[in-house]
Amino acid sequence: MASLTINGRQYELDVPDNMPLLWVIRDVVGMKGTKFGCGIAQCGACTVHIDGVATRSCVTPVSAVTGEVNTIEAMAEDPVGKKVQQAWLDLGVAQCGYCQGGQIMNATGLLKSNPEPDTQEIIDAMAGNLCRCGTYNRILAAIERAAGKEVSS
Amino acid sequence: MSQSDDTLLLANVSRRGILKGLAGASALLLAARWGTAFANEKAQFGAGAMPGGWIDNPNVFIQIDSDGLVTFINNRAEMGQGIRTSLAMVAADELGADWDRVRVKQAPADQEKFGNQNTDGSRSMRHWYDPIRRAGAAARLMLEQAAANEWGVPVSEVRTEVHKVVHPATGRELGFGQLAGPARDLDVPGRNALFLKSDNELRFIGKESGLVNGELTSAHPKAVDGQDIVTGKAVFGADVDLEDMLYAVIARPPVYGAEIKSVDDSAALKVTGVKKVIRIKTANQPAAFNPLGGVAVVATNTWAAMEGRKALKIEWNLDAAGDNADYTSDAYREMLEKRAQSPGKVIRQSGDVEAALKDADQRVSATYYMPHMAQSPMEPPAAIVRMSDGKAEAWAPVQNPRATRDGVAGMLGIDRENVTVHQTLLGGGFGRKSKPDFVSEAARIAKEFEGQPVKLQWSREDDVQHSYYHAVSVDHLDAGLDANGKATAWRHRTLSPSITSLFAPDPKHIGEFEQGMGFNTMPFDIPSIRLENPPAPAHVRIGWFRSVYNLPHAWAIQSFAHELAEAAGRDHRDYVLELLGPDRKVQNLTVGDGWNYGENPDLYPIDIGRMRRVVERATEEAGWGRDMPKGRGLGLAFHNSFVSYTAIVFEVEVDESGELTIHRADIAFDCGPQANPERIRSQMEGACVMGIGIALKSEITFEDGVAQQSNFDKYLIPRMPDAPKVVRVHLIDNPGDGMGGVGEPGLPPVAPALCNAIYAATGKRIRRLPVGDQLKS
Repeated sequence: MASLTINGRQYELDVPDNMPLLWVIRDVVGMKGTKFGCGIAQCGACTVHIDGVATRSCVTPVSAVTGEVNTIEAMAEDPVGKKVQQAWLDLGVAQCGYCQGGQIMNATGLLKSNPEPDTQEIIDAMAGNLCRCGTYNRILAAIERAAGKEVSS
Repeated sequence: MSQSDDTLLLANVSRRGILKGLAGASALLLAARWGTAFANEKAQFGAGAMPGGWIDNPNVFIQIDSDGLVTFINNRAEMGQGIRTSLAMVAADELGADWDRVRVKQAPADQEKFGNQNTDGSRSMRHWYDPIRRAGAAARLMLEQAAANEWGVPVSEVRTEVHKVVHPATGRELGFGQLAGPARDLDVPGRNALFLKSDNELRFIGKESGLVNGELTSAHPKAVDGQDIVTGKAVFGADVDLEDMLYAVIARPPVYGAEIKSVDDSAALKVTGVKKVIRIKTANQPAAFNPLGGVAVVATNTWAAMEGRKALKIEWNLDAAGDNADYTSDAYREMLEKRAQSPGKVIRQSGDVEAALKDADQRVSATYYMPHMAQSPMEPPAAIVRMSDGKAEAWAPVQNPRATRDGVAGMLGIDRENVTVHQTLLGGGFGRKSKPDFVSEAARIAKEFEGQPVKLQWSREDDVQHSYYHAVSVDHLDAGLDANGKATAWRHRTLSPSITSLFAPDPKHIGEFEQGMGFNTMPFDIPSIRLENPPAPAHVRIGWFRSVYNLPHAWAIQSFAHELAEAAGRDHRDYVLELLGPDRKVQNLTVGDGWNYGENPDLYPIDIGRMRRVVERATEEAGWGRDMPKGRGLGLAFHNSFVSYTAIVFEVEVDESGELTIHRADIAFDCGPQANPERIRSQMEGACVMGIGIALKSEITFEDGVAQQSNFDKYLIPRMPDAPKVVRVHLIDNPGDGMGGVGEPGLPPVAPALCNAIYAATGKRIRRLPVGDQLKS
């Protein structure tokens, strides 16, 4: 039995302790915005927030989750997440879009802990999130825009 | 999407009625303007030559509700190229629709109704721009006619403004929604009655918008899926959720063609949630799009299925795989390199290469290697199939809905008409999802669960270890230079397994379409040329990977051209412009290319002038020729593919420890007319990053037939720190030529341009990809 708070809602779930949070969110709770990309914390498509900290849900056993979980579906209600989403739209970041939820979750996590990151800090923080379409330049520009900087690349 | 009874359902018009327009003079004018004939039947080239051809009936693509909502039915797969947005823009612009009142609905697999749906070969806009503009124009004319009827005035007195039809003489106006009902009863006008908007009347088509080289320009018609993507609501293959759904994964044979010897599933069946274990027969080789076989574990959620799979004990019969079980990459590369020293099947020949090589003042030789790669879209393959009462319904992210439908029908032994395929968004494709093997796998499993949907999920390990791999390749080149450094002889041997080995007994030689991807279409003006193709067998599934055989051919040819410039002591740009020779249009057949991406070679020749212009533009924008500090260099490469032209200049820096920094990329691109420049730029930017990965990191190797990489920890693809600090895309304004492809042509010149830049910075020549740690040694 797992007790979870996801996007402000309480869930009591009959799932094995070792089941990764990713599959709990996707298959048991049924929210599909959090994506499966690699299963070994190499791509970041599954990124969620636990107490506001960007976390790879594919390697986080549900039994290890003690804090409040937020997913991409909740970011429109999050002041930082909303800004990041808007910057993504303004700059036309997404191509296929599959990884972008995880990118936005990671970027939002970054801006929550470091509201004015410099370029290198953004690159370092985003290095764990893969995008096969290759939208990195626009992701970087969008994070800078969300952080209040002018578009620079 | 809503689809009320008031939806504009345009009256069906007979085929004869449509074709009648062909006789009209204005139709001929339109045909001339578009560079294509209207006759869909018997077309030899272009969209009309594709299975299913093109459709331009507005009935099929445009619906208008009584509340004014316009629904565009998109028939092509969306995999990040932005086609749902771009084609809808084309329709909306010609129709006169307000972008904020346009919705896009995805067509199911139905090639008879929607025309060709195989989203591959950079064809979507190139083949559908004209038909969709005509559909938009026809719908607009019907709305205008409905308004004219309502007002009792000649249609010539009314005109369309944004989302309404107006009668300027009296100031009357009616909205699209008000006109939808009356327009529904009208006949679809013949093509000879259509007037396309002139360029100055267009609001979206060809307009720069969004982010242009660092500047945010006008508000773009926002991407139709943008909001859903950033809020997590966009539905990709695995996101389809059906009641009572089961979840499956498959343990596939480790070697291509191996079969199950024995399975002990007792532990797997004890895993909580596991429902059933199913043995799937290994397909006969060549396997085409059929499942590889293996053991499926079906459970109540994905994790349980994966845990169950881990608990399987499977013995494989490797003998069934034949010599695929001996396939080892190092040995294979050595074999190809050895074969490259001997003549092969002659593909193209002019002059006497052997004599010219002998007479040359200087001879240059080089051998280039490019490894296998997996497309690895971020969304691994996934599909859902439900079988009931002899009918199947599938939901899947596929590039080729028709092949998907046929694959499922074949797997289940039912007629195509009894298979429905719903097209979801694709979380990337890059050619992997052109092969619907994973949907056939889901169908095979669903067959055992009458009425219950089964979702098959590929893990990343499945994807990396059981891909349809990009062909491994060795290219060996010899050239002779005269005393002035001018090339007099060019001999190129290319060796790689062929994609045709998927569909027929392995020919061991590349096919015409593979030769036509930059090999026999090599553009240089050299007196003696011989192109050869020694044999190379396939031991794994070989498949399309974005830009396909253009990758090795451009990599070798563009690297070698730089080596010749160096040997001649000349500036690289000046030298390749001389190699290209005078501006001219080379008819593809004259170089043995009867394929030309399916396009008419008279309309789409190999245009040396366009090639020169992209080289000049990229080098100018990059500041070619300026002094570079130590450790910095500029590198150039160019290539034409998918009837478009690309040149790239990289500025790189390599420090003393061998650390590479890519400071800037300048990309010049000429695809002829541009429908949506904003998405063209994004495709060029993305191709640049993907190409950097090909150059620096990506490699799949095999030992005894088994892929040695299984996930992104070992199969490396580019990350944000690998991207250039600055990417600039320079679109060539060229509305006069035929429209070219966009999704793929940005990729082939990336790796050679980057390696040429590395040479300029360090003097180190890269001939084997990926670069890996070669700069560190």
